[in-house]
Amino acid sequence: MTSTALAPTLSVDRPQRSALGWAVADTRTIAWRNLVTLRRLPQLLVFATVQPVIFVLMFRYVFGGAIHITNFPYVDYLMPGVFAQTVAFGAIQTGIGLAEDLHKGLIERFRSLPMARSAVLAGRTLADLVRNVFVVMLMLAIGYLVGFRIHTNLLGLIAGMAVMLLFGFSLTWIFAIIGLSTSNAETAQAASFPILAPLVFASSAFVPVSSMPGWLQAFAKNQPVSIAIDAVRSLVLGGQFANTGKVLLSLAWSFGIIAVFAPLAVRRYRRAA
Amino acid sequence: MIQGNVRSCEAMEHAIRVSGLQKRFGSVVALDGVDFSVPTGTVLGLLGPNGAGKTTAVRILTTILGHDGGQAEVLGLDVSREPQAVRERIGLAGQYAAVDENLTGHENLKLVGLLSHLAPKSIPARADELLERFDLVDAADRPARTYSGGMRRRLDLAAALVHRPPVLFLDEPTTGLDPQGRTGLWRVIEELVADGTTLLLTTQYLEEADRLADNIVVIDHGHVIAEGTSTQLKARLGATIVEIELADAACAERARAVLSPLGIVEVQPDGHSVELKANDGARVAIDVVRALDHEQLEPVALALREPTLDDVFLELTGHGAEEPATEDATADGRRRRTRGAA
Repeated sequence: MTSTALAPTLSVDRPQRSALGWAVADTRTIAWRNLVTLRRLPQLLVFATVQPVIFVLMFRYVFGGAIHITNFPYVDYLMPGVFAQTVAFGAIQTGIGLAEDLHKGLIERFRSLPMARSAVLAGRTLADLVRNVFVVMLMLAIGYLVGFRIHTNLLGLIAGMAVMLLFGFSLTWIFAIIGLSTSNAETAQAASFPILAPLVFASSAFVPVSSMPGWLQAFAKNQPVSIAIDAVRSLVLGGQFANTGKVLLSLAWSFGIIAVFAPLAVRRYRRAA
Repeated sequence: MIQGNVRSCEAMEHAIRVSGLQKRFGSVVALDGVDFSVPTGTVLGLLGPNGAGKTTAVRILTTILGHDGGQAEVLGLDVSREPQAVRERIGLAGQYAAVDENLTGHENLKLVGLLSHLAPKSIPARADELLERFDLVDAADRPARTYSGGMRRRLDLAAALVHRPPVLFLDEPTTGLDPQGRTGLWRVIEELVADGTTLLLTTQYLEEADRLADNIVVIDHGHVIAEGTSTQLKARLGATIVEIELADAACAERARAVLSPLGIVEVQPDGHSVELKANDGARVAIDVVRALDHEQLEPVALALREPTLDDVFLELTGHGAEEPATEDATADGRRRRTRGAA
């Protein structure tokens, strides 16, 4: 490597790597960049838990008394729903972050660099997965404080959290597309909420689906948020909730969403201006 | 393979070559057959109002955007066929200072260095060198959100240089900067060019093109409407402009009649001044004074000046350089883009 200040020749020292090797390295770099932001702005983590904490308190102490679950305290039924709510609304942050990068011209710069095209999205969604791990652990601790207990074992808990985090990761790819299509944070947020609200609230998150009117039950029972919640209940509560089919179905949904939306998001990224 | 390309590039006469370049956005024609080339080691100023197509041309040359027709080459590499090789050789600093506000100055340069696929161990030294050069050493470990506008632009420019690109694109680098920040950035750009970097610079500021560019290409509505050195462009207008202010509109009208044999005379919008464009240099002032004296017209003020690029621009496009872009239908039915992005 030459030491002349800004020599016009291509005198840089570039290591040799395969395309895949570079894609992995670039993804790591982008994930690093997004995690630095998280470390520097810890309030982002706090904000991510404000809404679910309010829901925990509200449903645990205000509405919960009116909702009866056979054989289980309501708080045990509630918490898997809150985890789903946390990762689902957290996925909006992926879109918001990308919309901000787009708005500030960072995506433009990334596109002029010899980096892998997929890395901006993969790095962002991976960083958001790491963030979700922290947020879900925080919610788990808060759940414990208000009386949530697991009824299976540690392995069930870990598997349950893994199923939920994978589901959250799959959702981030959907919201990445929304973020890349809107180009400012406010619009990304406004566009995401109406998509998520029916999925999170018309689900088994807070009340048993059987208490809903018949026409809504068909949707509420079979939509992916309910299935992810039921899978987590199967793994951490067991008993009448034990249902390996739901666990497999949730994994299928998550992988299916990634398989469809990750390529769409990368395509959207290539075109986003 | 990279080595082979470089050898042939170094011998290249033109670092950037664009011919018949076309780009449409839906029914909007942003570039309608644009041709220009930039000799290696020189600075081209791409000049035009908002929406003229400057940024579109830069985005095509930096592989961010595809094009619909014509050819664009950087260092002999076709931008659509070999985008990856082009990206390894170019630097871009765009209209907004594209820095990550939450990263420090040093981290921003590290980010671009890593994504430019430099050897990781070479990056910290390179970052320090650039921070030093761009007068950001004191702010190196502060998040960029604490930087002033001028500091962000300098960091943005430093980021574009991390991988020592032989060809640099600066898209309106000083837009929105205060005069001090602007002259500071100009000095840095002049140093870069002295080091042999080929530079394509877009700007709305004629003064900027005048100061930095070896050659100027003026585009408007997606067409090249003039090109040449700043001196050549100014010469199109005549060498000298004489501004004469008179007592009232009647005197101005008489002065116009008296002076018309000397060159192109126009009464100014204020009604009582006239402007004469003439080819015979400062000597014309003597003729002006004689002619006015003969008619017993007494000027309130009389000034002699060189034409500015603003005059050139007005002459070429029929409107000023900083006319706000509007979505208006032009005479030939094409529509201009409203946003600066074109």
